[in-house]
Amino acid sequence: MDNTNTPAIEFVDVVKRFGAGATEVRALRGVSLDVAPGELVAVMGPSGCGKSTLLHVAGGLEQVDAGRVRLQGRDLGDLGATDLAALRRREVSFVFQRLNLLASLTALENVSLPLELDGVGAREARGRAREALAAVGLDGDSIGRLDRYPDEFSGGQQQRIAIARAIVGRQRVLLCDEPTGALDVATADTVVELLAGLPQRFGTTVVLVTHEPRFASWADRVVFLRDGQIVDQTPSLLGTGLSAEVSS
Amino acid sequence: MSIREGLLALLHDGPRHGYQLKTEFEAATGGVWPLNVGQVYTTLDRLERDGMVHAHEANGISAAGVDTGRAGQRTYALTPAGEAELKAWFTTTAPEGPPPRDELMLKVLMAVGVGRAQAVQVVTRQRTVLLAHLQRVRRERAGADGDLAARLVTEALVARAEADLRWLDSCETHLLADRRRR
Repeated sequence: MDNTNTPAIEFVDVVKRFGAGATEVRALRGVSLDVAPGELVAVMGPSGCGKSTLLHVAGGLEQVDAGRVRLQGRDLGDLGATDLAALRRREVSFVFQRLNLLASLTALENVSLPLELDGVGAREARGRAREALAAVGLDGDSIGRLDRYPDEFSGGQQQRIAIARAIVGRQRVLLCDEPTGALDVATADTVVELLAGLPQRFGTTVVLVTHEPRFASWADRVVFLRDGQIVDQTPSLLGTGLSAEVSS
Repeated sequence: MSIREGLLALLHDGPRHGYQLKTEFEAATGGVWPLNVGQVYTTLDRLERDGMVHAHEANGISAAGVDTGRAGQRTYALTPAGEAELKAWFTTTAPEGPPPRDELMLKVLMAVGVGRAQAVQVVTRQRTVLLAHLQRVRRERAGADGDLAARLVTEALVARAEADLRWLDSCETHLLADRRRR
């Protein structure tokens, strides 16, 4: 199903619990939200409000206890483990605060790895990895060799490598959980600006969990969670001509 | 807000007439405070009365002997007293005292007086409105990156919105903690 009116992500009365009985925690308590294709949505709220859980259920990393989650029109609850893994691999990519770059692989190898694991040939994978790194401002001319290891790059560059790895597969949905947490404000701003440019450049739908208003302000829409529920959201700027313009 | 010291700062670079001061003030402040030229002339009159500037009527003839068509135009220049006032302004900080009355703060404090639930609602709504404002600031000022004054103004608007948003988050934390204790 590829109807442009179909939301990229749909949450319908989603409930997610952890634990049971006296120790049960209701991380999401009846969340309903549609994210349009190519929309950048920021999710804000205090610690423990359910932001990360919302991202995990969106990406099929957690199953819900009630309600439905649809990704590109496919109901994740209807899929078996194999189909869910395949859909996730094809449609969703993630950027976390902990970058999870593999220390024993070079920058180029880290970015090409998802493609090679998916059966793409090494030469094509490396070519697409170079393109993805260039798209995030890391070409060999600007930063020297891409065959260096992650710890030889700055924090901001490592985060860019992680973003390149997330976009190399051209998944239509990118889920980012506090991707700037370890960076200084100026570097973080450039990383968020990069993420904010993905919808315009590649049509990617981006959901960004952040506690920083200045980063959330790049979004078309900001959603506020508290105690597992959406308490308010800004009007969406998608399609109004006021979507964030980023420097090229 | 008085523009008095802003005009003195611009005159430090040399004599100006009123309209020049208006356009230069607006350029120096990144366009965030457009001025009415009448306000400029009223302020210049007061500065002249106070001995901070003196006015000179142009004869309309340039140094090269050309008629500039500006005979009778008033030009203003800084006096020594004006220089001293400007220097003092740059080196002092605002006097201590209660903060300027702030609508957001007043709104939340009055809502607390009505009740905790009302206050939480007000905080939630005001936070959304402020974030929407921050989104607009970022977009509307995006093209001004090449202009230092405009960039600094954008940073000021972002930083102040951030400060208010942090305060609202803090209010929410206190209100909800207070509600749970009762």
